[in-house]
Amino acid sequence: MSTRDFVRSLPHGGSAAGLRLLQIHLDPLLLAVLFCVIGYGLVVLYSAVDRNMNLFSNQAMRMGLALVLMAAAAQIHPRVYLRWTPLAYAGGVAMLLLVLLMGVEVKGSRRWLDFPGLPRFQPSELMKLAVPMMVAWYFHDRPLPPSLKDLCVALVIIVIPAGCIVLQPDLGTGILVAGAGLAVVVLAGIQWRMIGYALLALAISAPWVWWYGLQDYQRLRILTLFDPQSDPLGAGWNIIQSTTAIGSGGLYGKGLFQGTQSHLDFLPESQTDFIIAVIGEELGLVGILALLALYLVLIGRGLYIATQAPHTFQRLLAGALTLTFFVYVFVNVGMVSGLLPVVGVPLPLVSYGGTSAITLLVSFGIIMAVRSHRGW
Amino acid sequence: MKLWRHYTVVVLFLSACSGLAARVTYLHVTERAFLQEQGDARSLRLESMPAYRGVVYDRHGEPLAVSTPVMAVWTDPSFVRLDGDAIGDLAGVLGLDPDQLARDLDAGIGREFFYLKRRVPWEVAERARKLHLDGIYFQREYRRYYPAADTSAHVVGMTNIDDLGLEGIELSFEPHLRGSHGSKRVLKDRRGETIKDLEFIEAPRFGSDLYLSLDLRLQFLAFRELKAAVLAHRAVSGSLVMLDARSGEILALVNSPSYNPNELSQTDGGGMRNRAVTDSYEPGSTIKPFTVLAALETGRYRVDTEIETAPGYFRVGNKLVQDPVNRGTITLTQALQKSSQVGIAKVALDLPPRSVFDVLNRAGIGGFVGTGLPGESAGSLSDRGLDNPVVRATLAYGYGLAASPLQLARAYLSLATGGLKLPLSILREDEVPQGDRIFDAQLCGQVLEMLETVTDDAGTAPRARVPGYRVAGKTGTSRKVGSRGYDDERHVALFAGIAPVTDPRLVMVVVINEPGGEAKGGGAVAAPVFGRVAGRALRLLGVKPDKVSAI
Repeated sequence: MSTRDFVRSLPHGGSAAGLRLLQIHLDPLLLAVLFCVIGYGLVVLYSAVDRNMNLFSNQAMRMGLALVLMAAAAQIHPRVYLRWTPLAYAGGVAMLLLVLLMGVEVKGSRRWLDFPGLPRFQPSELMKLAVPMMVAWYFHDRPLPPSLKDLCVALVIIVIPAGCIVLQPDLGTGILVAGAGLAVVVLAGIQWRMIGYALLALAISAPWVWWYGLQDYQRLRILTLFDPQSDPLGAGWNIIQSTTAIGSGGLYGKGLFQGTQSHLDFLPESQTDFIIAVIGEELGLVGILALLALYLVLIGRGLYIATQAPHTFQRLLAGALTLTFFVYVFVNVGMVSGLLPVVGVPLPLVSYGGTSAITLLVSFGIIMAVRSHRGW
Repeated sequence: MKLWRHYTVVVLFLSACSGLAARVTYLHVTERAFLQEQGDARSLRLESMPAYRGVVYDRHGEPLAVSTPVMAVWTDPSFVRLDGDAIGDLAGVLGLDPDQLARDLDAGIGREFFYLKRRVPWEVAERARKLHLDGIYFQREYRRYYPAADTSAHVVGMTNIDDLGLEGIELSFEPHLRGSHGSKRVLKDRRGETIKDLEFIEAPRFGSDLYLSLDLRLQFLAFRELKAAVLAHRAVSGSLVMLDARSGEILALVNSPSYNPNELSQTDGGGMRNRAVTDSYEPGSTIKPFTVLAALETGRYRVDTEIETAPGYFRVGNKLVQDPVNRGTITLTQALQKSSQVGIAKVALDLPPRSVFDVLNRAGIGGFVGTGLPGESAGSLSDRGLDNPVVRATLAYGYGLAASPLQLARAYLSLATGGLKLPLSILREDEVPQGDRIFDAQLCGQVLEMLETVTDDAGTAPRARVPGYRVAGKTGTSRKVGSRGYDDERHVALFAGIAPVTDPRLVMVVVINEPGGEAKGGGAVAAPVFGRVAGRALRLLGVKPDKVSAI
């Protein structure tokens, strides 16, 4: 099936109910698949937290709140997003600087801002949305493909917040933020030549980055990727346990609540970053592929919405948010299955924790807004 | 946006997705068997279920050896790294030296099993468990505890740290006591805590209990008196064997010095020998009743046959046999009562050459007793050189042969039973065994009555007397063999006795090895122990007094 056929086969609001949903600016297909992913995720989480009703209902409530925020985000016209983007970006960068100065330190890194009277939050989460929006904002009234000067400006827009986040240090979020911004650059139509140069520059700078840019523990994580057994108790532990969990599930898995790796404490972070290993162990290959298929539908739909959008800003925004989501999935699954080094990226919409769920669903809200607000 | 660019993006991300799917499929399908095994290896364990070792009781059900559940605390140094705090906490709870523990753990790297401490009481293990340290494991095991401590240590013996018999009953009845370990498959979490029993591979078979013939009350009594005597006479060691004259059961068997099997660290090797069974001594004059019995068996001697012992010595070959004083003409009974070397030697030389040897042989001197106690000595009794009068004479008064205290007790048992040879038993017997007749009952009765005169005021052992009971017995004092023949300084003091004479209930042999004080003789050193122990024992056993007139 060609991509075009695939995209064409997707329903787009043909039914009466769908039309009604469109009037309230919700995309029926996205909404349905999101519900599936969230429901599936909650079931798996219920097993991963050992049937702890407290944690489970926490997560369910967060998901409910995130869905409400998503619906709200979908109501806002892309024009409004365009207008507020520079302010949101500036505010976000300011807060990132504040974090570096006076952030709350948790587990050795400063990621949180704690203003009295406000709930604690991570400004870096906001930047996952603000950076691609800002790049899209910058490109939206400029000639495409972008000139070298515009590219440089876009890179500066990306590097300032991403750099702040990496300094916290929070490499995972930094990569996501930079990836989201770069997605816009790619979608804006950068020449292949440029991509070639960029790769070349990356290859040349790699040794310097390796020796001077990375922390010891980060180097270790990359090394263990190639040989987890070199340090089975330390850096290799997570990856050995998670690949073991996934592989031992077989085709259909051991059944919910039956996973030995996850329930006997061998698998670390089984409720958060490594939750897909629980799926692999308990629901097997079928369980993982089903989840990946759902993600694929979300991404396909997002890209389709991007191609159908009438205006450059909307196109770039929807495409970039979709690709960010894809990066989420790719990095997380890649890390848990031993393809990529261990970076703290949760499995979108499934891992325990509220902040990333809110950001992700709001970004889907924005994609829905792009889809449903046709006029400019 | 150009179409090719659109395609490129879609193709790129589709290939990324298929990369993920391929990786996951690879793990699930190709690596499955290996990874499943890995997963099981982490969580499925075959756990041994230690079998409970049988309890050793005395004849009345008092426990002599019981197993109490304890914990072995172990770790896998190749798998677990403890930081300094954890080592400190653990050492504190287990009572170990933290520095030593840290060094041991370092040294253990590369090994997969390392005992941190064994035989940890449950409550201590529970406190260690509450530290919730990763990779510290607990294995249930049993520790043997001996309530009677040093009193019965030689008979009961002990087990090693792996709960296997090492000494005494624990060793010789190992298969009976031990049982067999079971095993089960369990599910364990990362900390090594058992989450669930999955299946029983084999149920443990508990060891069987054992009832010994010992009477713990008599053990205590005998041990106390023997120990006091060994101390008072500054002796090297002492042994006491008490038999039930009706059944051949061993009622008490003690040695001094002894050891406390619960506190082995404070033991030196010497206290651990069960000398009553493993060591044999030249029995000396305690053999004389059997010479007299041999004389009576010929029919040519009666209890009142007169023997000329003047001038108190005579020469056999190149050997001088002598009494301390010239006793003149004495009866056979008096020869025994006064323990006259000259009288007994003369009688023996008058008998057919093999007769004394034959009686001793029938009485079991030189043969294994067969109680099952480890390391039993057969003693020695040889029929070589019996045509030599010197050999016959010395054999008659107890030299040139050796017997363990237990053997000597068995020989006296056959006098007490009226000539029946009963098998000795360290286990409680519910039925009185049928003995083999080895001596004539009437002659045995005569010897017994002759031996009663030994405890008269005129005899050698008035201090073996027990108020209210008629006591028969014979003293013995033998010189020990040193580097140059018989040593004049080192003696073995013996007393073998039977009570009450009317219907014998107890046979007891007391051996005091190398008394260091002024008193050397069996009558002064060993007989008082007999008197004190027998007196209390007869009353404890509720034996009817047979000497009412004297009370």
